[in-house]
Order: sequence, then structure tokens, then C-alpha cells
Amino acid sequence: MKKYILTSTLAALLTLGGFSAPALAGPEDVVVENAWSRASIGMNRPGAAYMTIRNTGDEPVTLIGLTTPLAMMPEIHETKTNAEGVSSMNPAGEIAIAPGESVALEPGGLHAMLMRLQEPMTEGDTFPLTLLFDDGGEVTVEVPILGIAARGPED
Amino acid sequence: MRPRAILGYGAAGVGVVALMLFVGWWRVDGPGAPAPVGQRPVALTEMDFRLTDHEGNAVGPETLIGRPTMAFFGFTYCPDVCPTTLSDISGWLDDLGNEADEMNVVFITVDPERDTVETMAEYVGYFHPALRGWTGPEEQIARVADGFRATYEQVPTESGDYTMNHTASVFLFAASGRFVTMIDYHEPKEFAVPKIRRALEEEMEGAT
Repeated sequence: MKKYILTSTLAALLTLGGFSAPALAGPEDVVVENAWSRASIGMNRPGAAYMTIRNTGDEPVTLIGLTTPLAMMPEIHETKTNAEGVSSMNPAGEIAIAPGESVALEPGGLHAMLMRLQEPMTEGDTFPLTLLFDDGGEVTVEVPILGIAARGPED
Repeated sequence: MRPRAILGYGAAGVGVVALMLFVGWWRVDGPGAPAPVGQRPVALTEMDFRLTDHEGNAVGPETLIGRPTMAFFGFTYCPDVCPTTLSDISGWLDDLGNEADEMNVVFITVDPERDTVETMAEYVGYFHPALRGWTGPEEQIARVADGFRATYEQVPTESGDYTMNHTASVFLFAASGRFVTMIDYHEPKEFAVPKIRRALEEEMEGAT
């Protein structure tokens, strides 16, 4: 146990101070494209927002959470459909994005689930959504609210 | 002593075989059999349930006979899957144009606790005009799901609410009520639209 703690402390020190850590993968390397969401009916139902998150840097980035004034509990969720055609939805946890890679939040897969809306999502409006990364970086994107039956960002 | 021992072994052997047979039956055909999965829905004519549509009319499987039907399960508090399915369906219907005019399009809630007739009326109003929303008592919803061989389950969420896991496929029936095929969740238009045409064509063949 003691040995383990020592090793991990050493590892942590090496990572923090070591030469292997150039500039931390900051938000400047994260590009968010095609953000959109659907209008809500009132405030009782959760909303959903979609976008593509691209890591243009040389280091991996990890998305750890969301904040928005629109909803008290914004979270990345993932819809999965099993072999019997049954869909379920669960928190997706942290999402690592490798350098040069992107993650798509799109209908039927990952989505920003906006729970406990503070106001209705009205078609034509936008709202700010902040993505939080594990290195403390943040990226805020203005998400347009499309119609309730929208299929994609171009609708 | 010896013949008795043989007899004893023999009896034990028979007992073991009987037990194996029983276990086999239990697991394959008996009460221990796995729940049927991937089974085809029965024909609408064999179903029996009573629901209410979003305009307050009493409806049942017989309401759908005479016209081809596209039906699916969902709930209005569903943020991702259901609006996506509804948008997909609207897209397919737009593609089919007049061809789909004579089709039943039914959204059946698996969350009658929150999806009242009024809630359904408000919700379906946002989608394609052909869409009907059906709700009813929980035990009737269970009968519908049973006929469709669909499943649903209430799952609590961290926010203190609950969500519903449910079969997300779209079911297609011919005008006769016969089950034709199903469209998987979020299946591309190129596959979905021909499947709908199959349900529509079966109707025409039956009529001529």
C-alpha cells in the first residue's frame, strides 16, 4: 500500500513537472461545430443539445462536464439501442478526445441532456453552454434552438 | 446385498436422468424459459386493448384495420429518441407524399403516468399532421406492448425523475392487420421508405 502511494506520488510529480508535459491541452485546441438543440414544451421535460467537438491540438482532452444557465443539471448522456431494439439512456461519464479526433453528439447517440430547465427552450433563441475539461479549461458555445421536430443543425 | 446395490444404482440413475429431463424442460419450455425476444408482433386482428387517442376517442386495434399502419412506442418526456423517431417519420411521410395519405401513424406512450390525453394532444401537434397519440391505463399499455412483443421499463434518474427504456423500432402493419416488418431506430431513409411502401403495396394487392 505504502509502496503504491509512493509510486503514484512519484508518477504524479513526474507528470506535473516532467518534460513530457508541454502546454496543457487548452480550450484553444477545442473547436465546437454545428451546435443545435430542439425547442422544449414548457420546462418539465429535459432538453437535448447536439454538436461536434473537435480536438485540434496535439494532446488528448477530456470533457468532464457541462454548465449552462438554462438548466440546473446539464450532463452528457448516451442513448444505446440493444439487439432487441430497446433504447436506454445513461450518463456517458468523461469523454476523452484524442488529438486530431472529434466526438459527435447527435440524435440517437451522445447528447447534452439538459435536466431541470430554468426556462422553456424557445425556437429561434440561443443559449450559452460551457464545456468543462479535466485540465480546468472551458469552452463556451452559443447553441441555437431549432424547432421541436428538427433533425439536424441545418433544419 | 449385491443385487440390491445394483437396484439402488439403477434407481439413482433413473432419478438423475429424470432430473436432467426436468431441468431441460424447465429451461427450454417450462417456467424457466427465457423471455421471448425478437419475436414478431401478432396481427392487429389478434390484439385486444382499449386506449384513448389524443382527441379523446376510444381506440383499439380494430381502429387500425382497413388502412396500413405505422406504430411506435415512446413518451413525451423523452429528450432524444422520441423526437428523433418522430422527425424521422415526418421525413419518411414527406418523401412518400400522397402515397402515405391513407396510412395510420400512431405514437403509443409507455408513460401513461405523465402522458395524459391533453399532454399527448399538445405533443403530437408539433409533428406531422397524420400523427395520432394514444394513451390509456397502464394495464392496457402492457397489453399493447405484449401484442407488439415490445418492452418498456421505468428507470429512475439522478435528478429524481424517471426515464423510460423502451422498444424504439417502428412497426408496420398491412391494411389487413398483418404484421409486415419493422424499421429499426434511426434507420436511414433509403431503407425505411421502401419498407413503408411494402406495407402500402400489400394493401393494394389485397384490394385488387
